Amino acid sequence: MTWIKFLREKWFYALLLILALLLPLLITNRYHFQIVIMGCLFSIAALSLNLILGYTGQASMAHAGFFGIGAYGVALLTKEGMSFWLALPLSSLLAALVGFLIGLPTLRARGSYFAISTMCFGVIISIVAGNWIELTGGYNGVVGIPLPNPIFLPGVGDLGFQTQAAQYYLVLAFLLLTLLIMHRLVYSLMGLGFMAIRNNEVLAGSVGINTFAGKILSFVVANFFAGLAGGIYASLIGTISPATAALEQTFGWLIFVLLGGIATLTGPIVGAFVIPVIMEYLQFLTEYRLIIFGVLLIVVIIYFPRGLMGGFTTLQQRVKDLYAQRRGEKRAAGG
Amino acid sequence: MLLEVKNLTKNFAGLAAVSNVSLQVREGEILAIVGPNGAGKTVLFGLISGLLRPTRGQIYLQGEEITGWKPHRIACQGIARTFQTTALFDQLRVVDNLAIGYRQRTTGGFWSTLLHTRRWEEDKDRTTAKVMEILSFIGLAEKAFHFVSTLSQAEQKRLSIGVALISQPKMILLDEPTGGLILEDTDEITSLIRKIHETAGITVCLIEHKMRMVMDLAQRMIVLNFGSVIAEGTPGEISNNPDVIEAYLGGESIA
Repeated sequence: MTWIKFLREKWFYALLLILALLLPLLITNRYHFQIVIMGCLFSIAALSLNLILGYTGQASMAHAGFFGIGAYGVALLTKEGMSFWLALPLSSLLAALVGFLIGLPTLRARGSYFAISTMCFGVIISIVAGNWIELTGGYNGVVGIPLPNPIFLPGVGDLGFQTQAAQYYLVLAFLLLTLLIMHRLVYSLMGLGFMAIRNNEVLAGSVGINTFAGKILSFVVANFFAGLAGGIYASLIGTISPATAALEQTFGWLIFVLLGGIATLTGPIVGAFVIPVIMEYLQFLTEYRLIIFGVLLIVVIIYFPRGLMGGFTTLQQRVKDLYAQRRGEKRAAGG
Repeated sequence: MLLEVKNLTKNFAGLAAVSNVSLQVREGEILAIVGPNGAGKTVLFGLISGLLRPTRGQIYLQGEEITGWKPHRIACQGIARTFQTTALFDQLRVVDNLAIGYRQRTTGGFWSTLLHTRRWEEDKDRTTAKVMEILSFIGLAEKAFHFVSTLSQAEQKRLSIGVALISQPKMILLDEPTGGLILEDTDEITSLIRKIHETAGITVCLIEHKMRMVMDLAQRMIVLNFGSVIAEGTPGEISNNPDVIEAYLGGESIA
């Protein structure tokens, strides 16, 4: 019974999930497939940025730095022979731990001061990656990072990750896991606490919410998933460099979140898929593409403060209201 | 004695906003703090609720010193407050605002939220029940799922009292609960405050400018002027106190 009810209410999401699972059968072009895989990966990064930025209201500009920590962690550990399946959680935890340590001083600052101080830490992480040559290989980066170790599936045998389809299912699984965890956090009293901090920090404190602890928790969870995305990225792409942790990456995800829909769960994913495609079509404009995005960003922030998905929801509500109003008028006319 | 403030002083760059104030709030009373603009009433509330750190002096809640505690700790200890300029979570709905107010009474943490443990379920059910109860208590049941920004001024005032009330505090500090409201709305808030005091049994301490309302509502009054207590007593005593009359009107009776 509950399944039927679930399907009736969430049929759209169920359909989307089936589509996502069948996608490898539908895509034949390797290049397009790669774009989809990267879309899933960057969705994880954008979703986690959205937790701290969108829901908790703290604009962390160090997100790529934590992505980089996860990437370097997995790269260096797996090259030393550690299994990917151990290296990935360890590297994500390292990103979370560094996030905790950086959060202790920076989360005491508010608004743009927090953004600036995290931006500094983000830049520092990428500079360290470029200059700690013995460990990171400097600006040449790390090459030849092994693919994830094959996993044993009962009935199937060892499943390797050489094929794009296998890689796709890997990132899809992690994306769904991230989405599930974000969903649980956001739709709970804890998530309301985060939103209270975003909305009015002084009032949140006055009603008994430990705002500092809330911000730290949100930051640590966000950075864990940034590290996770970075770790998978390193293993699938095979090469990383300080550019992996660079500020430009953070800005890219920021655009995904803002245009896709800040403080929505679907927005960052939509952003992570749609914007790279737009970028692709605007390739002929080279560097000037960024001007278009700059203008687009301003327009969206002014007219659709909650991005594409937020605008979509508002539109849906308007249509519904209009429909209800029409029906009301008709009934009034008929009676 | 519920709350005791001893020799409390707060200086802002040499200016004493509150100077050497000592006062007591008795369990179960309605205490009004009055005084002309700039007398230090709101600063006093800020000090008690932990938003401001006192320069000197101590604050005790039921004998325990809470001076210098963070606001959320003081709130969890049982002192709730509202703000002069109605403060609400205006991006959220009415029910969300109340649920946030009740968060301090729930125990579920990160893992129980992730795993949807039994404790998480219990927290959720308890919160829902409490939110429903407060909604009808403050008379906003029909507006439960409205966004705060669509509420009228009076409804927002009532909601802000509800947010403070839902955590079942020992005492509630109301900073001008009827500020900016018309007469009928003022009466509505007054009867809500009475209801809080009588049915919920919560000690009320309020700042108010509307003298008729205060005289009617409060059992005891404290008058501040230039950061110091100049008078203390029942409304009857206060309205005939020459110092108070001097401070307010420069010579005439106020009631």
